[in-house]
Amino acid sequence: MAKIIETQDLAVAFGESDEHNIIFRHLNVTVEKGEFVTLVGVSGAGKSTLLRVIADLIPPYEGSVKLDAAHDPSRRPIAMVFQAALLMPWRKVGDNVALGLEGIDVSEAVKKERVEWTLELVGLAGYQDRWPYQLSGGQRQRIGIARALAVDPAILLMDEPFGALDAITRTGLQDELLRIWQETHKSVLFVTHDIEEAVYLGDRVLLLGDKPAHIVNEYHITVDREQRRESEEFLHMVDEVKDGLMGAMALSNGSG
Amino acid sequence: MKATSRYLLSAAGLIGFLLIWEAIARSGLLATHLLPPPSTIPAALTSEIREGFWQVMVLSSLRHYSIGFVLGSVLGVGLGVMVALFPRIEASQAWLARVLRPIPPLAWIPFAIIWFGITETAAAFIISIGIFWINYFTAMGAVQAVDKDLIEVARAFGHRSFPALLRKVILPGAAPGILSGLRAGLGQGWMTVVAAELFGIQGIGQRMIEASGLLATDVVILYMFSIALLYGISDYIFVLIQKRILEWQR
Repeated sequence: MAKIIETQDLAVAFGESDEHNIIFRHLNVTVEKGEFVTLVGVSGAGKSTLLRVIADLIPPYEGSVKLDAAHDPSRRPIAMVFQAALLMPWRKVGDNVALGLEGIDVSEAVKKERVEWTLELVGLAGYQDRWPYQLSGGQRQRIGIARALAVDPAILLMDEPFGALDAITRTGLQDELLRIWQETHKSVLFVTHDIEEAVYLGDRVLLLGDKPAHIVNEYHITVDREQRRESEEFLHMVDEVKDGLMGAMALSNGSG
Repeated sequence: MKATSRYLLSAAGLIGFLLIWEAIARSGLLATHLLPPPSTIPAALTSEIREGFWQVMVLSSLRHYSIGFVLGSVLGVGLGVMVALFPRIEASQAWLARVLRPIPPLAWIPFAIIWFGITETAAAFIISIGIFWINYFTAMGAVQAVDKDLIEVARAFGHRSFPALLRKVILPGAAPGILSGLRAGLGQGWMTVVAAELFGIQGIGQRMIEASGLLATDVVILYMFSIALLYGISDYIFVLIQKRILEWQR
């Protein structure tokens, strides 16, 4: 399979880019085309920062990010879903979804179609004319996902998108995300601190440790997706990743 | 509280105030020229209109006010937004604003006269000063308070140029603050209208000074009410527009 994201010896520094502010270095993360990769790690390890570097919102200090997304002026190669839905309150739902379509090469008719299609995909067909304040937290996050899907990205970056939701809403959205992923064949890099979520969603789970941040381990999740949530094998996998994370935390506390 | 009972109470408060005033004025405790009863105001109004003063004075005051309002608001919002956006400009104005800000608009009257003469421009200039500062500081604060995360969202969805961010995030995000600054300026402007016309520029202020010189206090009160009415109408219209623009707020 072809790599769609490949970071090469990536280092990132905060604020004034210098040696003292380095969050991680020599970070090599890859995502294959069509793969669903989840990233868990000790908090403060720089998971969100990694997404922001891949999305070109923060420049790397060292190293590079290679993306293999064909150039297509009617799409954007990457789209991001944020932890808080972060909708623009002054835009109606439809205009929020269309945010990324503004400034790319698609006709008004196609824009309208894409908005309708993505809203349908996230189960909120016909919500175009509502204001964000009229939505529940779960609905808002669905709109955040629709906004990302509307630009038809090859790569979907998700930064703890369900972290702020209640358990029932979260479970529902996880299943919906898997369905959307299977329908749209996006490559997904999904950051979470919820190990169960990581194992449930991912083809592969990356475990990020800190000081300095590095990939401690990776787990290929081979449990059939239909069987996840309840099978012994799934629970065993969750425990394994949990142990890995505990180990990484002990290590980071020991050295810090 | 229901909207209707709120209206009733507001009306009762105002009517009660007028009734108490009327009672005190008629009780004979005070000479009529010290406190004319409100019932004399309609007569004063008809006489002022018949003699052609009211229309002329109100129109010229409205003109000074409007020019001052637009000038102070445009400059205040424009500069306030700029200052908030560029840290260097922010730093360079920090002390300057502290020096100029506390000077009351009326203290500028001598300079207004020296620079513009006894002209309508001078009155508009004085009116604009108070409005300017209100808008300058509220616009600055409103822009500084725009959610940085939303700016990141806009950048993540491809809007990376400064004009695009200004149009798509910064200005709409700062709009509630900017609008409340404009509204505060709307009131502040009327408060300076009278003073700005005291030195002989035709308008409500000038007419009030003339009337008080003749102890025609009913006429003074008539113009006080006229200002209240004009402010009430302009504020009402402004709130309608504001609600329209901020429809997205719950």
